[in-house]
Amino acid sequence: MHFIVAFFLIQFAHSAMQHTDKLPKWDNFFKYARYYTFALLAIYYIARQPDMFTWVWNLSLLGLLWVFYKEDDFLTIRSTVQSIVPFVGVSMLSDLVELLFPKFHKSYDDIFGMAILFAWIFCFVIWFYARKQQKVLSQERRDRLRDEEIAREQKQSLEYLVAERTQELTQQKEELQKAIEELKATQNQLIQSEKMASLGELTAGIAHEIQNPLNFVNNFSEVSVELCQELEEEIDKTGIDDNDKDYIKGIISDLSQNQQKITHHGKRADSIVKGMLQHSRASSGEKEPVEVNALADEYMRLAYHGLRAKDKEFNAALVTDFDTTIGTVNVLPQDLGRVFLNLFTNAFYAVAEKKRKLTEAGQLGDYKPEVKISTKKFDNKLYIRVSDNGTGMPEHVKAKIFQPFFTTKPTGQGTGLGLSMSYDIITNGHAGVLEVDTVEGEKTEFRITIPIA
Amino acid sequence: MNMKILVVDDEEDVKSLFEQKFRREIRGGQFEFSFAFSGEEALEYMQNHPSEVVMILSDINMPGMSGIELLKRIRSEHPSAPPQVMMITAYGDAANHDQAMQLGADDFLTKPVNFNELKEKLLLL
Repeated sequence: MHFIVAFFLIQFAHSAMQHTDKLPKWDNFFKYARYYTFALLAIYYIARQPDMFTWVWNLSLLGLLWVFYKEDDFLTIRSTVQSIVPFVGVSMLSDLVELLFPKFHKSYDDIFGMAILFAWIFCFVIWFYARKQQKVLSQERRDRLRDEEIAREQKQSLEYLVAERTQELTQQKEELQKAIEELKATQNQLIQSEKMASLGELTAGIAHEIQNPLNFVNNFSEVSVELCQELEEEIDKTGIDDNDKDYIKGIISDLSQNQQKITHHGKRADSIVKGMLQHSRASSGEKEPVEVNALADEYMRLAYHGLRAKDKEFNAALVTDFDTTIGTVNVLPQDLGRVFLNLFTNAFYAVAEKKRKLTEAGQLGDYKPEVKISTKKFDNKLYIRVSDNGTGMPEHVKAKIFQPFFTTKPTGQGTGLGLSMSYDIITNGHAGVLEVDTVEGEKTEFRITIPIA
Repeated sequence: MNMKILVVDDEEDVKSLFEQKFRREIRGGQFEFSFAFSGEEALEYMQNHPSEVVMILSDINMPGMSGIELLKRIRSEHPSAPPQVMMITAYGDAANHDQAMQLGADDFLTKPVNFNELKEKLLLL
């Protein structure tokens, strides 16, 4: 009887523990507890069923109960385990009474036997009930686990979706950022070209306003020179004393020279004004097929000899790298010629300046001034490069070179209109692009790109 | 022979400039210059001196009546004994030139005026 209670108690506790993570810790305990019950059973039969053996059983069961009460790991089964308390209690009471009052016990033997039997049955009823409840619980647990599994899967798929969306958004963000950067660049370009256009208009407007008074200055000074000549002739006709005549002629000559100076500087101003007016001039002439290589070569030589005429010392290597497949291209020949002239003049100036500076510093070494022109036709575009190994430009100069009136040359040597006009001719006249690359103290390269239909 | 020339320009200094530039010719009696400082004034002058003016030199860009307007009026109001009309402008572009020639201008000069060239042209008349 006790064996069955002990056996089922251990079995029950063991199976209850299987649903928790505490099993490994108690596995051995259950194993030895089982061996112990079997051993007790064997000893009980070997010892021919001594009466006092129920004490051993009851104490063992109490020990088991004590373990279950003591350890928090068995909290879940504690209430069920309690069901054996009446059985053990009744059994021990019966044995105690038998030991102390054997007569009394004998006369109520049946009642004690019945009580023990009921307590025993009570144990098993409780156990079955507990088992049933445990089954329901474990079913619920399984359901919960399955729900958790489903939830986990859903969570995983959601996380995947989120990751996917995040990636999409990141990509979109990058694209937008790129677009914004492009927009900014375009805006800068627009502002730049707008600035150029308004400066060009302003320049032209100023030029027109200056031209009329300037014409008067030039015309009046010219006519004054003529008047001086006339006056000189008239003086000879008079009978004034020769000394006085010479004195008067001297004054007239000074006046005449002054007028000539006025004319000279007036003409200088006039050429600047003319340069400014060329800005606004609506495209002069028609586009016509032109041998671009020949045009470039011609103006390169023109610029070179122009500088040579002023500075006999000057020398530079002229390097040409022409794409002979270009043939003729529809351009405004005079305008493009001006662009070439400007670019080459600047290039020669830059190499001459570098040579001069190096000579002054005594570091000429093996510096060889070189100006290079290269042309290339590719993908319906004409590429022209004018490069030199001259002084180059610092960044703040590079930023301003296409603005009208910006010049680094000494007063009187440059109007600051050459590159601004070239920019206008290439961008507006030919729908092309004029760019510059430069390394200060080393080189400058101007790149023209013109679309050819 | 005395050729009567009317110069129309809003710049009053044009008068002394012409008088000095053509001093010899004026003294020699070849040319006789009159000046008007607006298109309206020029028309009034022609009204008062009918059939006297042989040659008109007119600026185009003037406040009030422009040179082009003046040219139109001259061609419509003075069909008999028509004077020669020479337009002078700072804007020597093709559109201006074509318009003036179409309206019946005899010649077209751009500023700054080359007086030697002008003198030759006037002497040829």
